[in-house]
Amino acid sequence: MPRFSHSKRPRLRLLSEEDIEKIHVGSMKLLEEIGVQMHNDRALKLLNDKGAEVDFKTRTVRVPQHLVKECLLKAPSTIRLYSRDGKHDRLLERERVTYNPGSSALFFLDSETGELRRPLSRDLARLVRLTDALEYIQAQSTSLVVSDVPEEVADRYRLFIVLKNSPKAVITGAFSIDGLHDMKKMLEIVAGGEKELARKPMAIFDTCPSAPLKWSEINSQNLIDCAKSRIPAEIIPMPQLGATGPVTLAGSLVQHNAEFLSGLVLAQLVNPGTPVIYGGSPTTFDMRHGTARLGAIETMMLGCSYSQVGKYYGLPTHMYLGLSDAKIVDTQCGLESGIAIVLGALAGINVISGPGMLNFENCQSLEKLVIDNTTCGMALRLIDGVRVDDETLAIDLMRKVGPGGVYLSEKHTLEWFRKEQFMPSALIDRKEWRTWKNEGSKSTLQRAKEHVAKILKEHQPEPLPDDIRRDLDAAAESILKSHKISA
Amino acid sequence: MGNDFIQSLTEAVVNYEVEDAVSAAKRALEAGVDPVAAIEEGLAKGVRIVGDKFGAEEIFLPELMVAVEAMKQAMTILKPAINKSSRVEKSLGRVMIGTIEGDIHDIGKSMVGAMLTVAGFEVVDLGTDVSVERFIAKVKEVEPDIVGMSALMTTTMLRMKDVIEGLRKEGLREKVKVVIGGVPTSSEWAKEIGADGHGWNAMEAVKVAKRLLHQPEERS
Repeated sequence: MPRFSHSKRPRLRLLSEEDIEKIHVGSMKLLEEIGVQMHNDRALKLLNDKGAEVDFKTRTVRVPQHLVKECLLKAPSTIRLYSRDGKHDRLLERERVTYNPGSSALFFLDSETGELRRPLSRDLARLVRLTDALEYIQAQSTSLVVSDVPEEVADRYRLFIVLKNSPKAVITGAFSIDGLHDMKKMLEIVAGGEKELARKPMAIFDTCPSAPLKWSEINSQNLIDCAKSRIPAEIIPMPQLGATGPVTLAGSLVQHNAEFLSGLVLAQLVNPGTPVIYGGSPTTFDMRHGTARLGAIETMMLGCSYSQVGKYYGLPTHMYLGLSDAKIVDTQCGLESGIAIVLGALAGINVISGPGMLNFENCQSLEKLVIDNTTCGMALRLIDGVRVDDETLAIDLMRKVGPGGVYLSEKHTLEWFRKEQFMPSALIDRKEWRTWKNEGSKSTLQRAKEHVAKILKEHQPEPLPDDIRRDLDAAAESILKSHKISA
Repeated sequence: MGNDFIQSLTEAVVNYEVEDAVSAAKRALEAGVDPVAAIEEGLAKGVRIVGDKFGAEEIFLPELMVAVEAMKQAMTILKPAINKSSRVEKSLGRVMIGTIEGDIHDIGKSMVGAMLTVAGFEVVDLGTDVSVERFIAKVKEVEPDIVGMSALMTTTMLRMKDVIEGLRKEGLREKVKVVIGGVPTSSEWAKEIGADGHGWNAMEAVKVAKRLLHQPEERS
């Protein structure tokens, strides 16, 4: 069964092979004996036809082990996510990491006023253009739910803004059944047609079971529709430990895994071989304040653990990491996001969504995003590891320089320093104290604001070709019209 | 014709090629190129270009140091060919630097040397663990406009005072400006031992040197 091994240097592993087996067996048992509820008649009928045990009255599906195993073997181990310009394609496989901003924030931290407010289309356009420029945030997400368009079209409008402002691939999701169809149409325009989009996916759609062990009509239908069109679907269980999942990490992993597997089975039965990503957004429930803790160490541990289960199945993995429960860009914000970004990379999670996000999963900040970008760069350097060969061991160089010598003016230093050292932007302060003081004693947040302003002023994303832009504008207009909204 | 030789010196420096700089210097002399022109229009121009890139944060210290090293190596070929009495015309001044006796830290002092070179000063580097006597003897021999002393330890920093005393006894103190630097030093310490200036980093050292030699009236 295992299709993955840490054959090279070990990275972060929280579970042993035996632990993974136990979780797997537990989930199989859960699916076979207790089952999941699916509020979707089409899904129930399909699952019933394919050999699952369906109780149509209670909408409960019990899935036999052999069916889960068959479906697991059909899902691809590698997904290539395409970018419009071909320069930002991402391979989702093995231990490769792709960072993207935390998605669908309901609030925006306005850096001018320091206040949390509902986001505007203008804010999203700026966030997308900023992400386009950031080297280590390698994919986009529909990161803000803008408040200046009516709710019923907000999902489509977010994607419209992303597609217009950046060629990077996008991690997104729909808020309704029709939403996905409209969004797919927009993606097809950019990809050059329906077949082209199926062949070269440019977007991942998130679908979320409702913990514990339930699928809503919208989410299960979104999953079915993604599978039909071979759009990569990220299945995102989100148990809250102690509230909508067992408080024990191991127990919640069993439930998480069962919820994921139920989605995987549905997708593979709709269209065998359709790409599915083992995702999640589990949280621990705060026992004092009743909030969902995104910045908690156990939340990070859950992601690192279930991604091992996903790798055991040979699937690409995803997790929400790099978010903070802090309300402003401060020390808590930096430490929670930083730890998670590093752990996610060490765990080899393929899609890491979260940079830029704070106030749990509710708010995006441009300043936090550029800071997180630097942490992502550091984490990517970390997993690049220590290169050990004759040149890097540098014995000949040490012989040449000798005791008491200086390496700084050596050709070897010149040749290797950029490869060996991660070079952060001016956001990270490494000046000597007096220089820092003379330049205004600036805090990280002040430097981040300046960095954001500079990028937004200078960066020009690769524009959409004229014909595609026209078609995309027309599509957006007709979507608005069909909802009786004037553009 | 001399232009090609001079240009290849500039190119060797901006491409961080130490060996190319040396061979270009040899070829220039063989072809009868004026060594002063080779230094000023060839090497110094290259180092200025590199310095500008460093200032614009396009390149980092290793590039700067290797470019300066290329110039230094090529200078060892060109310099003996210059008429002994003639100074390098366009130099901002001659600065002699060294790390004081008992201290073997080289990096900070070498960075200061590189920055001064880039800025257009002629730099004579005495290396590390330089005794009080050697500093004084070298001032007599090299006749620098500025002597710069570096210390990385509080214990060795005390020897700086001895150098200044020695210069005074030899009647040399009025002929040379004294500048100090290094982590434990400060402008207060400079004042206390009777030095003319203090730089807290390599960039600042260049500013201090320029101020001492070219804007003496602004000195506080």
